[in-house]
Amino acid sequence: MISIKEVEHVALLARLELSEEEKEVYTKQLSDILEHARKLQDLDTEGVPPTAHVLPLQNVFREDRVGEHLDIEDVLSNAPEREGDFFKVPRIV
Amino acid sequence: MQLYHMTAHRLQQMLAKGEISAEELCRSVFQRIDEVEEKIRAYITLDRENALQQAKAVDKARRAGEQLPPLAGIPVAVKDNICTKGLRTTCASKILYNYVPPYDATVMELLHDAQMVLLGKTNMDEFAMGSSCENSGFYPTCNPWDTDRVPGGSSGGSAAAVAAGEAVLALGSDTGGSIRLPAAYCGVVGMKPTYGAVSRYGLVAYASSLDQIGPFARDVTDCALMLNVICGHDPRDSTSVPYDKPDYRTFLTGEIKGMKIGVPREYMGEGIDSAVREIINKAVRVFTDLGAEVEETSLPHSDYALPAYYLIAPAEASSNLARYDGVRYGYRADKSEDVVDMFKKTRSEGFGPEVKRRIMLGTYALSAGYYDAYYNKALKVRTLIKRDFDRALEKYDLLLAPTAPGTAFKRGEKVDDPLQMYMVDICTLAVNLAGIPAISVPAGNVSGLPVGMQLMGKPFGEGEILRAAYAFEQCSGICCQLPD
Repeated sequence: MISIKEVEHVALLARLELSEEEKEVYTKQLSDILEHARKLQDLDTEGVPPTAHVLPLQNVFREDRVGEHLDIEDVLSNAPEREGDFFKVPRIV
Repeated sequence: MQLYHMTAHRLQQMLAKGEISAEELCRSVFQRIDEVEEKIRAYITLDRENALQQAKAVDKARRAGEQLPPLAGIPVAVKDNICTKGLRTTCASKILYNYVPPYDATVMELLHDAQMVLLGKTNMDEFAMGSSCENSGFYPTCNPWDTDRVPGGSSGGSAAAVAAGEAVLALGSDTGGSIRLPAAYCGVVGMKPTYGAVSRYGLVAYASSLDQIGPFARDVTDCALMLNVICGHDPRDSTSVPYDKPDYRTFLTGEIKGMKIGVPREYMGEGIDSAVREIINKAVRVFTDLGAEVEETSLPHSDYALPAYYLIAPAEASSNLARYDGVRYGYRADKSEDVVDMFKKTRSEGFGPEVKRRIMLGTYALSAGYYDAYYNKALKVRTLIKRDFDRALEKYDLLLAPTAPGTAFKRGEKVDDPLQMYMVDICTLAVNLAGIPAISVPAGNVSGLPVGMQLMGKPFGEGEILRAAYAFEQCSGICCQLPD
């Protein structure tokens, strides 16, 4: 139902690196789950609107005012690596 | 009876009369934790010093004659996916093993305002993905009724803590049954409020359209007291609904004459253990004796809740969990060639197998070419499931069903077969898809293991659910049965 090649592609999209063993296990397990999900195709949903959210809420607006905000030091205190007031990451290009 | 085994409403009276102090109560619970935590492993982090300080502050305020909120001084445990300022919040994941939130979740502010005493953070399935607490990135939690068995998940630590006397009350989160299932397995009361009734600000997101925070308690009265603390509108959560919050205690009258209760036949079929069905049928007789009108009804799309849920929730998760990249907080893999390599290594080393599985599944369901066939189809089926409930709840005040198809299973029994594990949630998933409130209350035992009964209600109908649950509890006498 889902091939090893597709599993590799999805892993890349999800930024996951899988071992050969994981690829095999996930190919089997995801196939089983998707096979089960095929059941949904039995239902006629012609004209049925999708429900992404149960609430009848539309956009929720607020005044555009400066409120409380977190201290920079507090926020950066969880950073794996920092330089000054910046998060530091390995080479990008 | 030891203090750590008492209900919050009883302790509240003892505290108010000055028969005990909050410090004494806090010490009693920590003594219990020292006794049993090695066997149960309900907690990830304990906050002993701060807890004692909070308790002492409550005692001091009481001595000074201050007017205190109802739950002042009551010890509470909080699931480790709810942000606690200055206290490590891991989601039971290696990827957040060192994360210390710089802010409190709204519910934490509310607990602090209520002057409750925070004991610590409880174990869970990693990122709330699981039904057994075996997916914790640290260690599994054991069921206090039989330590070879799972406590249910994903809020297994919170449920086990309340059942074992390691907390008087607790908070969990419920995305597909993660409060109700462990409540059923551990023999305590657990409630998932209406979507939008409790702020999700500061709850680490798993599936945002389904997640909801709710209480664990030893009886229905305690559950009502806890709802009084945590419910209400919050401008910081755009999915939080402005509504008139009642005093939930006013529903605890024991009076349910004329209440209309439907029992959906799809929840009483072959997939449900016959001993569980028998207990639910007994519960139905209790309601009939109390003057409720109970009859069989149908939610025709029930069978489709599981496949719809396991596309929608992973799809939302794959998006929500994209933020764990090793840049701003949490774990970062070392020795990366470049930034993309770092993302991949960090996520592969930091996430456990079930989280990876759901990220993969969700990414697939949302990817080009499959979006309509899987994700969008699941959303349309969600509409049909919601319509089933709308229709049934027009006719009935409440719906009654088992919380789970069986009792707590043995550790290791289902870990190798994800689909079998997912099946444990068949009675709870649809409620989240429909956004309605539901409670699980103890309804009896099978071979020494607790069985939960589920009551589902109209949106913002928590009060009516509590009314029925309280009447049942009073009449059946099944409550506060705690394991040794």
